Amino acid sequence: MYRYDEFDAAFVHERVAQFSDQVVRRVAGDMTEEEFRPHRLMNGLYLQLHAYMLRVAIPYGTLSSRQLRKLGRIARVYDKGFGHFTTRQNIQYNWPALKDIPAILGELAEVEMHAIQTSGNCIRNVTADHFAGAARDEVADPRPYAEILRQWSSIHPEFSFLPRKFKIAVTGAAHDRAAIRVHDIGLEVRRNEAGEIGFRVLVGGGQGRTPMLAREVNAFVPEKDLLAYIDAIMRVYNLYGRRDNKYKARIKILVHETGLDELKRQIEAEFEAIKDGVLTLPADEVERIEAYFAPPVFPERPAASASFEAARAADREFDRFARVNLHPHKTPGYTSLTISLKPIGGIPGDASADQMDVVADLAERYAFDEIRVSHEQNLVFPHVALDDVHAVWSVLKEHGLATANAGLVTDIIACPGLDYCALANARSIPVASRISERLGDPDRQEAIGPLSIKISGCINACGHHHVGHIGILGVDKKGVEVYQLTLGGSPDETAAIGEIVGPGFDSDQIVDAVETVVDTYLKLRSSPDETFLAAYRRVGEAPFKEALYGA
Amino acid sequence: MPQIVTANSLIEGDVVFRTADGGWVRDIDAAGVLADKAAAEAAHAAALQDVKAAKVVDVALIDVTAEAGKVVPVKLRERIRAFGPTVKSDHRADLKPFTA
Repeated sequence: MYRYDEFDAAFVHERVAQFSDQVVRRVAGDMTEEEFRPHRLMNGLYLQLHAYMLRVAIPYGTLSSRQLRKLGRIARVYDKGFGHFTTRQNIQYNWPALKDIPAILGELAEVEMHAIQTSGNCIRNVTADHFAGAARDEVADPRPYAEILRQWSSIHPEFSFLPRKFKIAVTGAAHDRAAIRVHDIGLEVRRNEAGEIGFRVLVGGGQGRTPMLAREVNAFVPEKDLLAYIDAIMRVYNLYGRRDNKYKARIKILVHETGLDELKRQIEAEFEAIKDGVLTLPADEVERIEAYFAPPVFPERPAASASFEAARAADREFDRFARVNLHPHKTPGYTSLTISLKPIGGIPGDASADQMDVVADLAERYAFDEIRVSHEQNLVFPHVALDDVHAVWSVLKEHGLATANAGLVTDIIACPGLDYCALANARSIPVASRISERLGDPDRQEAIGPLSIKISGCINACGHHHVGHIGILGVDKKGVEVYQLTLGGSPDETAAIGEIVGPGFDSDQIVDAVETVVDTYLKLRSSPDETFLAAYRRVGEAPFKEALYGA
Repeated sequence: MPQIVTANSLIEGDVVFRTADGGWVRDIDAAGVLADKAAAEAAHAAALQDVKAAKVVDVALIDVTAEAGKVVPVKLRERIRAFGPTVKSDHRADLKPFTA
């Protein structure tokens, strides 16, 4: 895991001191809210409906036990005993007081964490595949490159006041679990025919009110040119991205308005001017960073575990967890394990302070001290011996963390919505809870198979509804919550923006509507192996439309 | 329609309501209900002085109904601000979900 060097540590401590002083001046009335707001936002502090909200960065979603325990402690001491994991692999606290923020930031700095660049028109937390470094299908661990990008982009003077916020995601596998096609820049680590590492570079994806999929601007940028190439893209965006209209300021609009060919020409021209200069990545520096992400030493184990198989045979509930929540690991005898933060009827992404402690303890004992946050708002142990899965599951179960629904219909992404968010028009979480209760029967969920529901409470689409197999967008129609249904979205390498299927549903109807879509799929699928998305792509929206609205 | 003045307290961030005597409280039923436009404008102007004095932020006038001592905002957003999230959760015994 990456450890702060002296520069990182000194910088974060200086920033805590600066912001602490700003809070003192604000509370004393020496700064107005207008003067203070940019400072608090630069430190991840928002003012929401009920209270302040602090968004803490979790770079590429990777945490140690020590860090997760600290996040739990902050929830317990300064908040109402829980935190909320987000689709940007961050954590948000919903109830901190302004007067406590300096202390919280000080505690975060103790474990090499902060809230810098979690807001504002800068390069935000760089996200990555939550199975990075573990997944069997991976070309290379994407996190060293995410870390290099983090170091380069942190308080970058040229890119701290971009036309709009900027999000980068990196995957190390062709199967995209990081949703790179809906990011401003998406990177896929690849090897060329000579076996050298490089990056496929996609630009201009995003959700919000104008959803677009990223387009390829380069099929293979060599490793050494990563920063120079990204810098070239940022320069083009910084120069030509629109600053006249907030809703047209993201790079996706620039790609759309400029045209891909012309944009590529501009990027290449910038790149030619700066390549082989100071931004060239020295191989030894890449190796130095990679060393922080070296996989743990895995004691050799047989590919199959007799105790694991025996436990599965003895306990149907554990067997189901093993079927649903494990992911193939590159090392024989090991697995990656998803800890669902989607209890049936619960709040997607919430974890209590006690649960964070439990997960931290388990990680230390069984999972090589490593935890990941997924953009699907779950936690992951990337490395667990098959022999230990039953012991881990037993403890998770005691603490309400063993819901066997990873990738199933109740593994719902939902934004905080009108229950918390100052921007929202409709509630998201209660809709997620009711859908989860309706479809939560374990046998039924497994029979339905892989199906993602994603819910946003406004057009900003923090709940990723555009790329949900079933997407739900809450809107306000004359003071009443109305929910629009989209079908056929997907965030992976076959990415697609969902299509609005018809008129929206009111709050009392939306759960029935989702169930109608699910039941329609079950009736028309060609076999139990045909997933919802495959079936939708085969038959289109017509049968769903008919089931929802009549002929 | 009657109105009240709401804001967030600067230091805690809590949702607060302006009382008839110019204080700020968390209990919406204790808010000073403003029967007409002139009263609303005067209360709003006075509340803005408390923004300058670094007591509160995000001052707003909101429509309410006020019957038998119960003050209820008209808009769902403001009901959620006044009464808390409508979500249910095991993680927060102190928050009682209300029926929106």
